Amino acid sequence: MSITINGNLVSHDVEPRTLLVHFIREQAELTGTNVGCDSSSCGACTIHVNGEAVKSCTMLAVQADGQEVTTIEGLADGDTLHPMQQAFHECHALQCGYCTPGMVMAAVSLLDEKPDANEAEVREGLEGNLCRCTGYHNIVKAVLQAGGTQ
Amino acid sequence: MIPAAFDYVLAESAENALALLAEHGDEAKLLAGGHSLLPLMKYRLAAPGVLIDIGRLDDLSYVRDEGDELAIGALTKHREVETNSLITSQIGLLAAATAQVGDPQVRHRGTLGGALAHGDPASDLPAALIALRGSVVIDGPSGRRQVAADDFFIGFLETALAEDEMLVEIRVPKMPDAQWSFQKFNRRAQDWAIVGAAVVVNNGQCGVGLVNMDARPIRASAVETAVNAGATATEAAEQAAEGCEPSADLNAGVEYRKHLARVLTRRGLEESGR
Repeated sequence: MSITINGNLVSHDVEPRTLLVHFIREQAELTGTNVGCDSSSCGACTIHVNGEAVKSCTMLAVQADGQEVTTIEGLADGDTLHPMQQAFHECHALQCGYCTPGMVMAAVSLLDEKPDANEAEVREGLEGNLCRCTGYHNIVKAVLQAGGTQ
Repeated sequence: MIPAAFDYVLAESAENALALLAEHGDEAKLLAGGHSLLPLMKYRLAAPGVLIDIGRLDDLSYVRDEGDELAIGALTKHREVETNSLITSQIGLLAAATAQVGDPQVRHRGTLGGALAHGDPASDLPAALIALRGSVVIDGPSGRRQVAADDFFIGFLETALAEDEMLVEIRVPKMPDAQWSFQKFNRRAQDWAIVGAAVVVNNGQCGVGLVNMDARPIRASAVETAVNAGATATEAAEQAAEGCEPSADLNAGVEYRKHLARVLTRRGLEESGR
């Protein structure tokens, strides 16, 4: 099976039970996508499949066969951070950093669907991502900054 | 957590999926979005020998105006149900309940048909379908049949679907002027409901479906009868737990669940203009 990950075609033989997150980390060797709860709750493994945020621990790799996947490594343009990454940097929207890749990917998808999201909508829209450091305040601030509403 | 090993087959069409189901019998499970099935498989609570992937059958993802009803393809994703203008304008309760399912990532993958076929009493959508007096269309070797929501959910994770059948469509009566409310009580943002109440009042007729108040999604018939006979929201909601046998778990005991059913039903009726 083959998946286009961040513009590069990655092909591998896998067992049907291989989870997408393991394909990304072990076959594609992109370890920016983290495994947290491994049960579709925490959002650390959030990536984009065909432009939409999904939890890659709850998808089989074969379900993404032939699809376009974007991970945290695919957001920046060379040395230029994606506006969401830049906003996280400027707002200090991370503490330990474990949730950050998933949080950024969920936030990008959120603003794609609702570019003018207000604070309440950002908080609601990130309900699928947990920050164990409870650093939500600056995360919400960063998303609002990236969306240009603050 | 990794599921137990299984064989994977990608269905090319709905007909192909039915043929594969017939071939593999009770060894096989259909995989749609996978957001009910895959967690069960990862916890090893389910270990099907064969997964038949119907997730790419785009012709089962649609929302159509069919006169008095909307027809929704079984593989329509939650995100589409939540935002589709026909659904938000004609059956707002279904869109609102869907917006409460999981979180945005889950709603990008999970499907309406998959959630209903899972038959989980703790799921939001069966209760909404019951309140709306919707039905499901089932395809199988002996052709298509339509089953009312009340007859579809028959036990814990158990539906009227036979092993060789597939849920292909959901039908819900249009009710643009209805007043409705979806009440969900949980402790954390993305949790399942501890108890939920789907309430709709259309042309004076009331529908109430309850989440997590029995082994199966259940209709609060006594409440509906009382409202239709002119009872106030407070009076009618007193009967919300009648006939229900909720389970006790870490979040709530039986009496607390019954209490929640009464409170949420009252709030739902009030928000629906009663």
